[in-house]
Amino acid sequence: MSVAIVRQGDYLIASVQSDLSDSEVLRLRDDLVDRVGRLRLRGIIVDVGALDVIDSFVARSLRSIAVTARMRGALTVVVGIQPDVAIAMVQFRLNLEPLQTALDLDEALAVLDRAGHWEGEDGG
Amino acid sequence: MPRSEPPVVEQAAEAHEDVTPLLPELVEYLRQHRTQLRKEWVRRITDAQLLRVMTPEEIFSEVTAVYDNYVDTLETGSVQTLQDYARDLSERIIPRGVETHEVLGIVLLLRDVLARSLFVKYQDDSNLLNRILDAYEPAANRIAVTVGVSFVEERERVIREQQEAIRELSTPVLQVRDRLLILPIIGVLDSQRARQLMEQLLAAIQTNRAKVVVIDITGVATIDIDVANHLVQTVEASRLMGASAIITGLSSKIAQTLVDLGVDLGMMKTVGDLQGGLEEAERLIVKAKARDSAGEPA
Repeated sequence: MSVAIVRQGDYLIASVQSDLSDSEVLRLRDDLVDRVGRLRLRGIIVDVGALDVIDSFVARSLRSIAVTARMRGALTVVVGIQPDVAIAMVQFRLNLEPLQTALDLDEALAVLDRAGHWEGEDGG
Repeated sequence: MPRSEPPVVEQAAEAHEDVTPLLPELVEYLRQHRTQLRKEWVRRITDAQLLRVMTPEEIFSEVTAVYDNYVDTLETGSVQTLQDYARDLSERIIPRGVETHEVLGIVLLLRDVLARSLFVKYQDDSNLLNRILDAYEPAANRIAVTVGVSFVEERERVIREQQEAIRELSTPVLQVRDRLLILPIIGVLDSQRARQLMEQLLAAIQTNRAKVVVIDITGVATIDIDVANHLVQTVEASRLMGASAIITGLSSKIAQTLVDLGVDLGMMKTVGDLQGGLEEAERLIVKAKARDSAGEPA
């Protein structure tokens, strides 16, 4: 499988190394959602910087990762969408709502930290 | 119908065989009377008030070159040299405002001048005159077409170059401060340019790690549905890459158009003018920073 998943504190970072087949996408989704619940994590970062194409299936799977992970208490951020990929996606009217996107890993970590603080504030 | 065809072909072939030996004679004649015919041509150009932007000396020297090229082309049958010369000439005279009709006019005048001199020379022998004209006319027409087309092609090349230059010039992506880009759009937005803008902006977002981009369209007079969609797409693509886009300077006319077109601007953040857009952008960036540095929950 061409996805490296590492854990960083309360977050999981999944780096997609190359274009994924449909079954690999599904396996990635199940794997991430399972770990989030098991390890009681707060966030998932999916790095798609190596992808040349994000088709409707991948987009839907990313959304479904976000929605399911959300239900298990974690926020998902997609990072590293390439300019060409972004153009193709808007032209095919694929969107990642309600997914968060960020430019790179630093930015994604900041987004997750921020979300944590706000939730903490809301809760307290 | 098929029956009538063969004789025509034969006739043409016959005529072709007939005229070939006459060309050298024609060329010889044109070389001998070069001075006189050239003078006549210049006179007719001046009478017709063509090439008024050029001085008489310039006209004379260009006319000489064209005349010689013309005769060479008649002799060799190859338009290559003439074509090159015509391109070169066009390159020199286009910036000075010489019009297409003038160029075509002077070439046709030369054709007329030469044809008339042939009439005079061969007026006693109408048979020979016909054969000479058979040789002369196709070649002369071909030359006229070559010069005209070269001129127009050169003109189109200049226009294309200028369009490209305008396109390059008018789409800068500027970094105002850390993580904030401005894209001031000025002039006419067509689909191609809108697409190019999107590519440039996304590339700039990546290289500058931009958090917010302000797209200012104060300088855009009109907008159509394609361009509006490109703008929406640009905003969405920026967001996919993790940057928020703010659109500023929508004139009331453009705002009206967008509403009439039914473009969904719900996803877009718009602010009245560039100043307001920058203030809003600062706010977004400061807010993000404040949250980042707010170590513990309050």
